[in-house]
Amino acid sequence: MVTDTRTKRSGQPRRLLKRLMGVTAALAFSATVSAQDVNTTDLAVTDDTVTVGILHSITGTMAISETGSVQAEKLAIEQINAMGGVLGRKIEYIQEDGASDWPTFAEKSRKLLTQDKVAAVFGCWTSASRKAVLPVFEQYNGMLYYPTFYEGLEQSPNVIYTGQEATQQILAGIDWVVDAKDAETFYLLGSDYIWPRTSNKIARKHIDKLGLKVVGEEYYPLGHTQFNSVINKIKLRKPDVIFASVVGGSNVAFYKQLKAAGIDMTKEKPLVLTISVTEDEILGIGGENVEGAYASMKYFQSLPNENNQAFVKAFKERWGDDIVIGDVTQAAYLGPWLWKAAVEKAGSFDVDKVREASPGIELTTAPEGYVKIHKNHHLWSRTRIGEAQPDGQYKVVFETEELIEPDPFPEGYQ
Amino acid sequence: MKSSGFWGSLFSRHDTLSFVVLALILLVVLPLSLDIFRLSLMGKYMTYAFVALGLALCWGYGGVLSLGQGVFFGLGGYMLAMFLKLESSDPESTAIQTTPGIPDFMDWNQITELPWFWEPFYSFPFTLAAVLVVPTAFAYLIGVAMFKRRVSGVYFAIITQAIAAILTILIIGQQGYTGGVNGITDLRTLLGWNIRSDFARYVFYFVCVGLLLLCIVISQFVSRSKLGRILVAMRGAEDRVRFSGYDVANFKTFVFCLGAAFSAIGGAMFTLQVGFMSPSFIGIVPSIEMVIFCAVGGRLSIYGSVYGALLVSWARTAFSESFPELWLFAMGALFIAVVLAFPDGLAGLYNQYGRRHVERQLDKWLLTLKSSTRTASVKGVAHERQ
Repeated sequence: MVTDTRTKRSGQPRRLLKRLMGVTAALAFSATVSAQDVNTTDLAVTDDTVTVGILHSITGTMAISETGSVQAEKLAIEQINAMGGVLGRKIEYIQEDGASDWPTFAEKSRKLLTQDKVAAVFGCWTSASRKAVLPVFEQYNGMLYYPTFYEGLEQSPNVIYTGQEATQQILAGIDWVVDAKDAETFYLLGSDYIWPRTSNKIARKHIDKLGLKVVGEEYYPLGHTQFNSVINKIKLRKPDVIFASVVGGSNVAFYKQLKAAGIDMTKEKPLVLTISVTEDEILGIGGENVEGAYASMKYFQSLPNENNQAFVKAFKERWGDDIVIGDVTQAAYLGPWLWKAAVEKAGSFDVDKVREASPGIELTTAPEGYVKIHKNHHLWSRTRIGEAQPDGQYKVVFETEELIEPDPFPEGYQ
Repeated sequence: MKSSGFWGSLFSRHDTLSFVVLALILLVVLPLSLDIFRLSLMGKYMTYAFVALGLALCWGYGGVLSLGQGVFFGLGGYMLAMFLKLESSDPESTAIQTTPGIPDFMDWNQITELPWFWEPFYSFPFTLAAVLVVPTAFAYLIGVAMFKRRVSGVYFAIITQAIAAILTILIIGQQGYTGGVNGITDLRTLLGWNIRSDFARYVFYFVCVGLLLLCIVISQFVSRSKLGRILVAMRGAEDRVRFSGYDVANFKTFVFCLGAAFSAIGGAMFTLQVGFMSPSFIGIVPSIEMVIFCAVGGRLSIYGSVYGALLVSWARTAFSESFPELWLFAMGALFIAVVLAFPDGLAGLYNQYGRRHVERQLDKWLLTLKSSTRTASVKGVAHERQ
């Protein structure tokens, strides 16, 4: 069991000082509120600590994607501890490995909830792992903070969704290519599972509503690496936009083959609009292969606001200079902060009270800017369009003016 | 020395001891020493023991190495999962969907009516039959197609592996009908009975133990019968058996089907205990993992394979809880060590070192038991005469 919440690092006297101050603050606070008052449901809360769980794949095929989330969650927990913790209690975490295997996720979540009695769990990445743990969280009344952008069609009282649901991400992206790039025809392309399929369904409905045209829609199995035939079709049908939701390692093959086939994304048409390639994926694809593609998401590492600059700096200090931060990593970072805010508003660690306190929680310090929890447990957020640069970063070229309301069961799009 | 009767025809003296020890561990020691969470995990590991048991027969005895046992495990699990999913998808609890009354994942995939092959799974008796029949029939088809053409050895292993890959792709691809990569999730009740309560977990554990012991008895029967000797003979010199007039293909098909049926039972118990089924059990990796369970335990031993499955799964959980970032290396090291140091697995190790000692103790113990019963009965007789 890993319960050690921080790795010792030398040469940071200022942080140490902060921590010490935090600890004294914690001691002062805990003297006033005893564990029984803030925890009536037998969670792992003592007079000066509270235990949470981190449940991601750190082995197996998903490890490459989920590592960023683990790092972000640990960073958030360390920062919260340095500020004095939650309700005067230092957060300790127990990390479990989902091993990219859905039944293992279910097993580990049951362990975290029934054996370790954690107050909250930050975890899961794929929809499949979330679907596997959902019944467990509902049965034992746990609280899960789920970071990935996902397909929607779900709203559990036991989950706070810190990533965007599909309509938040997609509608703004399509509106932008239509307005700014005069796009009229679309080719939808994705990996074959529920997220790309649902996303493309939403995209297609929206394109129909705008009176524009979808000229092709195709799916490939996860891990597929031969995109030549679809690239030929794309060349033949000449769509204005290739709307791509290819995930994981397939992206490497897709973008390289696209480039090799002579489709230059830095030219006007066809342009690529992706909802699945974050800075993390570009590490694998190579910036030069994906240059000029547009991504529609809520966060890019290059966001210029102050919150984000501080976040990127802290992240690099903690995990190394050559690290990149993608959309999901940032969403994972929000999890512990949102939980802290809800616990403090509720004045209790009890899951029912935290749930009740959650809607309306605001975070003004989020790297992506201001976010707020909707009563449907998703976040209000802005959507940005980034243009991929050869150095692997995105340049933000557009940002929605308003926060977009999350709508996991969008009417007219199902 | 020789015990007689039906039991004796199934079990040697040492087998009896092994059987009793295993039954004691599973029925008494574990339930008394573990809380329900750990016991339920043990129940989950036990479902792999079904597969390992089937592999011990196929591979250890018959020399037929299948790298696709996950197929049968998965099929068995899916059959039951389909029934449970239909039960939990009644129109009331799925009212939020576009088409209420069908499983949620179908609704997400714009399917508006239940596909025809799902219909029969409203019936529980049909489902129970399907759990056994469908995987076994599938194994029979594969067996006939392969063994009659004298495909064997490494070629057969490769083909079973390909079948595992094909079935995974099929299930993931047809997500509207199968749940795709997510699998069939959120199973709640069995005939109106909550399968997620602690009580249900206890019940499933003991049902699982019962079924496992039953499968062990069947395996004992096979291994001790003439059939078992033919299997072993086939493993040693297939041509000789063929020239002696036996139809080798039929025997191989039989043992392959038996292994498939065991795996299917394991799969169905898995679905019940874990509460869902996903294609991650059908693919190549889990199928090979199951072969490893069997190899670590000892493929030549019925009991060895069962212990192998339980121990390796337990180690997997223990390592991953203690060293979440390094546990895979520990598992890898364990496998390499076992295969290098004891090619016949734990059972081989036991046979080489422990067994002689146990047999000797057993001899002594039986002797004292016999002499004491004899004196007792002599006394009794003497008493009657007076």
